[in-house]
Amino acid sequence: MKPRTIIEKIWENHVVYCEDGKPDLLYIDLHLVHEVTSPQAFEGLRQKGRKVRRPDLTFATMDHNVPTVNRFEIHDEVAKNQITALERNCREFSIPLADLYSPEQGIVHVIGPELGLTHPGKTIVCGDSHTSTHGAFGALAFGIGTSEVEHVLATQTLWQHRPKTLQVCVSGKLAPGVTAKDVILAIIRKYGVDFGTGYIIEFTGETIRNMSMEERMTICNMSIEAGARAGLVSPDEVTFEYLRGKKYAPKGEEFEKAVERWRELATDEGATYDKTVEMNASEIAPMVTWGTTPGMSASIEETIPYLEDFATETERKAAKLALEYMGLTPGMPISDIQIQHVFIGSCTNSRLSDLRAAAEVVKGKKVAPGVRALVVPGSQEVKKRAEEEGLAKIFIEAGFEWRDSGCSMCLSMNPDVVPEGEHCASTSNRNFEGRQGKGARTHLVSPPMAAAAAIYGRFVDVRKLQEERVH
Amino acid sequence: MESFTIHTGKVAGLDRVNVDTDQIIPKQFLKRIERTGFGQFLFYDWRYLDEHTLNPNFELNRPENQGATILVANENFGCGSSREHAPWALQDYGFKVIIAPSFADIFYNNCLKNGLLPIKLSKEEVNYLLKESLSADYELTISLEEQVVHDEKGFRASFYIDSYRKQLMLKGWDEIDLTFVYEEHIAAYEEKNNPIRC
Repeated sequence: MKPRTIIEKIWENHVVYCEDGKPDLLYIDLHLVHEVTSPQAFEGLRQKGRKVRRPDLTFATMDHNVPTVNRFEIHDEVAKNQITALERNCREFSIPLADLYSPEQGIVHVIGPELGLTHPGKTIVCGDSHTSTHGAFGALAFGIGTSEVEHVLATQTLWQHRPKTLQVCVSGKLAPGVTAKDVILAIIRKYGVDFGTGYIIEFTGETIRNMSMEERMTICNMSIEAGARAGLVSPDEVTFEYLRGKKYAPKGEEFEKAVERWRELATDEGATYDKTVEMNASEIAPMVTWGTTPGMSASIEETIPYLEDFATETERKAAKLALEYMGLTPGMPISDIQIQHVFIGSCTNSRLSDLRAAAEVVKGKKVAPGVRALVVPGSQEVKKRAEEEGLAKIFIEAGFEWRDSGCSMCLSMNPDVVPEGEHCASTSNRNFEGRQGKGARTHLVSPPMAAAAAIYGRFVDVRKLQEERVH
Repeated sequence: MESFTIHTGKVAGLDRVNVDTDQIIPKQFLKRIERTGFGQFLFYDWRYLDEHTLNPNFELNRPENQGATILVANENFGCGSSREHAPWALQDYGFKVIIAPSFADIFYNNCLKNGLLPIKLSKEEVNYLLKESLSADYELTISLEEQVVHDEKGFRASFYIDSYRKQLMLKGWDEIDLTFVYEEHIAAYEEKNNPIRC
């Protein structure tokens, strides 16, 4: 048999029907639902008198517009309406829901893995582009629009064209203080925000193999910022150990059997991809975005680029607009950028290991005067565990606000907003204009870099702080 | 979905790359639970200086672009969030066709599901259209049946759309109804593979 990639294997395992001239009809194993992209889909079902085909393969939570303080007091009537609509829809269609009262509530892409709903080999969809996160487990996971949400609710399938395959091979050892976030930002900087369009990415190489599940999730999460709907990693022992004992993971002998099946999914020796790109991780330094796309970034050692540095007129024009919006000047050192806000959270970087890495930098220090710093755990479970192991105390003593879980300032649909013209060091995934508030200036960074920015009021090289700690 | 066969209309140009769905429809307008009424919020942060004042410098606010039904944009249009509110807003504003050298995958799909026709043309063709769109009365005709875009000056470009999506749009069919035809196959798949949550 011809060697196959994991992408081809999962795809072929899920084809319900295929015919020349048509996309394949693909079965969906897990459908995650949240309050913002689902109400119109449920309304569509009601209008046509349709049912949810497999409520048991569907799981809902509320995350996008929930407040992260006083979470039961939603003052925005329209937001409240959306929360109530999800509660009503889940009741009406018998869909399990982790609501604001549930200890399982959290950002949909944090709780899927945490509850063990995410397994290798599954097809997973959600009306959210960061569904790619679940690919870290060797699942084929991608974001869909609301019409597709409705289609999956009604039929548990989607018509999909077979995508092309793209290997992103990362090799080399990461320097201390350099994280998975820096790796994915460096990849997007090197290859552009649309190099993955039309492809599904498989991340391979020793650097990825040496990463924990949470680091792999950070990498896969931002596949969409490279244009790829899905990004995944072939499962291995790290994956299996993470899932062992999780609430919805198979138990006992069933688990061992599942591991045997999951092991088969990994890309075969000699399998080929439509495209391959490479990245040397040992050269990567902590990254900071200076512009309005995740590709506009530089390392902490660099300066803001000059317009002449860009190869094409299109890039120059885009960089000029971005710098105007960000209020930054070419030639300025990245480490001179002053920040007024810090956001540690989002489906990219709000897991326990992210909070641990940030807390390590913060420990015994104080947030700089004039800086407002937020830590928003990815789930109520992460929050609880961070409190148990003393991380919350470190943040609170340093002057951080310690919040309940939700998407929060990643897209500021709730009250957590960055004011116009102010700069925010953010561990989230998008630095688009207006993303964190109208006129807000977002800089994407890793959790330790965000923590350090909170302490110094500007960007500093976390590698140097680490050296100081050692000496 | 409304059917799409042939359309002639005025062209507006938006010569910017990587226009993301956060720009097309900012998040503060995603809280509605209907599919309609998003047009008033399209490109809100670019279109308005404040709640009551239009930004005269924004492309769509220029006099020559009023009443446009065809939007010509640049590379990687619709990147970012999967929000279908983006095509809903474009459509509700009055657009029927979006032309660009490249689109983000999820956005492209979302357009097709709503009868908003996304057309990929070459960079050269798009540059020509962006230039022409500066004149007030520039019109294009799009035939989905023939997969052709043309103007009255002799410009003619063909575009690709997969035959399945094309049929759906031409007929304005409901895709879910169509999928129900394959119920037997879905049931057989479930019988054989027994998909369960854990």
